[in-house]
Amino acid sequence: MTTAFAAAARVVDPELRVVTIADLGVLREVEEEADGTVRVTITPTYSGCPAMDAIRADIARSLTAAGYPDVEVRTVLSPAWTTDWITDEGRAKLAAAGTAPPPPRSLPLLQRTPVCPRCGSPEVEEISRFGSTACKSLWRCRGCAEPFDHVKVL
Amino acid sequence: MTTVDELLALGDDALIAAQRLAEWTTRAPELEEDVALANIALDLLGQARMLLSYAADLERAGLEGAGRDEDALAYLRGEREFRNAQLTELPRGDFADALVRMLFFAAYQRELYAELAAGPDERLAAIAGKASKEVAYHVDHAIMWTLRLGDGTDESHRRAQAAVDRLWPYTFELFEDRPHLREAWLAAVEPVLAEATLDRPEDGRFRPTGGRKGVHTEHMGYLLAEMQSLHRAHPGASW
Repeated sequence: MTTAFAAAARVVDPELRVVTIADLGVLREVEEEADGTVRVTITPTYSGCPAMDAIRADIARSLTAAGYPDVEVRTVLSPAWTTDWITDEGRAKLAAAGTAPPPPRSLPLLQRTPVCPRCGSPEVEEISRFGSTACKSLWRCRGCAEPFDHVKVL
Repeated sequence: MTTVDELLALGDDALIAAQRLAEWTTRAPELEEDVALANIALDLLGQARMLLSYAADLERAGLEGAGRDEDALAYLRGEREFRNAQLTELPRGDFADALVRMLFFAAYQRELYAELAAGPDERLAAIAGKASKEVAYHVDHAIMWTLRLGDGTDESHRRAQAAVDRLWPYTFELFEDRPHLREAWLAAVEPVLAEATLDRPEDGRFRPTGGRKGVHTEHMGYLLAEMQSLHRAHPGASW
């Protein structure tokens, strides 16, 4: 039988569909109460993230399918989500799908530029600080000329 | 303890600023900017939701459950019940207006949220801590454009200076409740204007005020009519 944690962890992010909410660090905690209720705690990436409602519904659906019909999803804001919580596996999945993962916040500002997820070139330029979703910016590779998304440091 | 009115002031600032910015959707001068302005509006809308939900919970606690929810606060209040500063409700204007207003407003929000994030109200501190990180990107974006427009062509400079002159008097209202924040705000804004070759206006006697008491400019009613029309025409609709 799937554990409650595994059932919540496998929920795919509705906007970055190659990673799960566990990969992203959006899933904070899964607790099973004595009466069978499962309490899931999640945190939004950005305040206005429109994916949160879909994530809540997907968690309930996934847990119900795994035999946990009583689900309570709680949203916490603190500590505030940071891109440092994206797991190594999550970063690898993003890069493989053509989205440059965020560099660690510990790096100095000038070294926080991504490398091209397609050809690996460090010769890249920012086209726009704001991309197709709140968490991404838009870049272009000067090596292979491809534009690409980059999950920006938060 | 934070009061309902204080939370409405914070939430309404974010909500009305989001509504004005959203007017740029499909109308920005370039596609990337369209996406950027929509994203920034979305950040502000998210902040407004969190703040108005808190205001609603507080109101309901005070009225033993009889208060309004966040949607009722956003969509069913009349003009005189809104607590936003007048800067946020002024008409969309041209692109320079939008970006200079973003500079003034985001630089204020940055100081405000930094203070609230370290404050005693835990729920408010969590919202402010989250919003701080987003607002840092807004300030950054506004600075980039203020420099480009101010130190750009004669036409962009003229329009940016006109926006600065027009909006400056409205910035005083932002600091009425927290006058101590203005010094840090000036320290952030003045060097940007200087580098953008824009003149910092004199602090004149014309300092419009009243938003925090529900007194608004003539533009507010039109904004609300558009923002609230769907909800009022179809109460409780969902999809």
